Amino acid sequence: MTCRTPRTLLAAACSLGILAGGPAVAQTIYPVDRADVLIGQKFDFKVEFPGIADPAKVKVTINGKDHAAVLGKAARFIERESGVDASALLLRDVAIERPGTYTVTATDGTSSSSVTWTVYATGPRKVKNVVLMIGDGMGIAHRTAARIMSKGIKEGKYHGKLAIDDMPRMALIGTSGVDAIVTDSANSASAYTSGHKSSNNAVGVYVDRTPDHFDDPRVEYIGEFVKRRKNMAVGVVTNAEIYDATPAAMGAHTAKRTENQAIVDMLYALKPEVMMGGGSPYFLPQSNPLSKRTDDRDYVAQAAADGYRVTRTAQEMMAAAHDPRTRKLFGLYNTRFLDGYLDREILKPSYVLPNQPDLPDMARAALEVLSRHPNGFVLMIESALTDKYTHQLDTERAVYDTIMLDKTAEVVKEFATRRGDTLVIITPDHTHSISLVGTVNDDAPGPDMREKVGVYQHAGFPNYVDANGDGYPDRPDVSRRLFMTLGIYPDHYETWRPKTEGIFFPTVKDKDGNYVANEAYRAVPGAVLVQGNMPRSESNGVHAADDVLLTAMGPGSERIHGFMDNTDVFRVMAEALGLGHRPKKR
Amino acid sequence: MSTVIGRRALLALAPALLLSRPGRAAAGDAARLRFEEIYTGDRVLSLEFSDKAKALVGRRVVIRGYMAPPLKAEASFFVLTSTPVGLCPYCNSDADWPADLLVVYPGREAEFVKNSIPIDVTGILEMGPHRDPATRFFSRLRLTDAAFRALE
Repeated sequence: MTCRTPRTLLAAACSLGILAGGPAVAQTIYPVDRADVLIGQKFDFKVEFPGIADPAKVKVTINGKDHAAVLGKAARFIERESGVDASALLLRDVAIERPGTYTVTATDGTSSSSVTWTVYATGPRKVKNVVLMIGDGMGIAHRTAARIMSKGIKEGKYHGKLAIDDMPRMALIGTSGVDAIVTDSANSASAYTSGHKSSNNAVGVYVDRTPDHFDDPRVEYIGEFVKRRKNMAVGVVTNAEIYDATPAAMGAHTAKRTENQAIVDMLYALKPEVMMGGGSPYFLPQSNPLSKRTDDRDYVAQAAADGYRVTRTAQEMMAAAHDPRTRKLFGLYNTRFLDGYLDREILKPSYVLPNQPDLPDMARAALEVLSRHPNGFVLMIESALTDKYTHQLDTERAVYDTIMLDKTAEVVKEFATRRGDTLVIITPDHTHSISLVGTVNDDAPGPDMREKVGVYQHAGFPNYVDANGDGYPDRPDVSRRLFMTLGIYPDHYETWRPKTEGIFFPTVKDKDGNYVANEAYRAVPGAVLVQGNMPRSESNGVHAADDVLLTAMGPGSERIHGFMDNTDVFRVMAEALGLGHRPKKR
Repeated sequence: MSTVIGRRALLALAPALLLSRPGRAAAGDAARLRFEEIYTGDRVLSLEFSDKAKALVGRRVVIRGYMAPPLKAEASFFVLTSTPVGLCPYCNSDADWPADLLVVYPGREAEFVKNSIPIDVTGILEMGPHRDPATRFFSRLRLTDAAFRALE
């Protein structure tokens, strides 16, 4: 079936994807239908035709005018796309400077389709700085458990609130992407930082049909925009690898988030004034035994030459940040992601590297350095490990790192409160199917661990101890502890207790390529084999499509309320920074 | 290739038998080398072979570690890591091999040992860049003619 104009209803149905599931039959247009675009924000415009098109019959109009008249130049006709037996039109790096509704109609003479974009301006600038904190994979249950474990609870009332709890603004955020209801960290972060939806595994692009991971139509990130047009500083801080999905969505453009080396190249090309995290092997030349690069680029040497203070320990980071001459800070603190709080500070297994910074200190250092830039900054801070540990069904590690996220929020909140010129947005990028359902009480009678699970009134309250008052329980393995469960999981052993020997690896791959329960946990007293409820090709727990809970404070946060789309988060930041403000001429 | 492995199997028999005796894991002329003794450097930006590791090149050593999930069913080697690698790194986008891995060429066909169980591997220490011809897997350190014993 084809979608022909002027049967507009049908055309709208095509562009809305209502007919999805059948073969591609009409033009696909990027940016997609209902995209919101900031005036002046760059994007690549692409039309994919269903077959080989005759350039004489191809016509692409915007609001009835030839697209070249609106976009400033004509798109290039590609008769046969690489790896695809079909034609396309492509125009890179365009921007629209006038706000309004733009309806794009593309035809190859046989079929046609339309999309409509909303191009928006903003009011004047309200803030100097924006801090976007992403709590990767953080659900409501993580937050509740963190409050119980960090602040304590008695007779139903908490002894205190988390730092994020009394920020004035909140909204539920929808996180679905172009391709699916469930999102990963890549396309979710990309929606926050670009205002455009993307697809799973992709950052900063609309995923097109060609096999090349680097040719997809790009959209401009907030960091790129503020550097290009406002001469502002940009910070990228994470306790994951710097090339991991969330930080990648500050400067990389690719359909494939695992292109680590290329992502490092793209992120570094943006020259964020602050860049800190793990993943050192992709910053080192292949001659270095640690390197995972396939070329001789040495970003550690390059960063030093480019005026960055290069740091590799917590001590070096703080010393560099405190030095008033430091305006650019680069830190690599692990070969992989940084170790989480429970491992770093409490359990200290042999795999923990010494001298890694704590995320709150990384935030402190970043704020200190970025504040020296007179035009303000956009800083993205990712607390990455709540997600990684929840994937591995390691709920204690996930909650300790949620407490750490809150300690980081405390640092940012103090900065924003003191200054009054900073918008702070703290949000998960997606959730997991995790819930806090009760407690496990070792003192309940009998050997059967299942009978020790306290539900309803039998849950009572946990008996964590925080003797040093640092907000982290001194030990996770107390006799009555929180019991968290996930709704979707692979085969695994439920051990009913914190994994004090090391991170939980629920599965191993068998000879047929299926993930099966890791037998290492069978011997744990009381362990029970749990049959998985997901495809055996999945090694870990997976994300959920549930809305996430965004928390915010500072000027510009008034727009945050109710239910919002993840692309709206970009718009809130753009409004606060006045990125689309054009003063009226008198 | 299979002939070579067959010959290796014979050569490997002696240490394999030796290792099967209880309490004699590090016995014989094999020197114990711990993972943390192999490298020096800050392990974030720099990693170099230690003097102890260099001195043991060409000698039979015993190293304790964990067998990573098989790279390929037909691979003639396995990967030894200092801590358990929970996932097949080539099957999960987030995972990546640790820098301090060691490639082990067993003297005879190796049964996969679950990656959560420590193993003692005895073999001839070989150092320097090497790409496995069949799989293109890159390594800087290897144990050849190796035999191993699970510790649980």
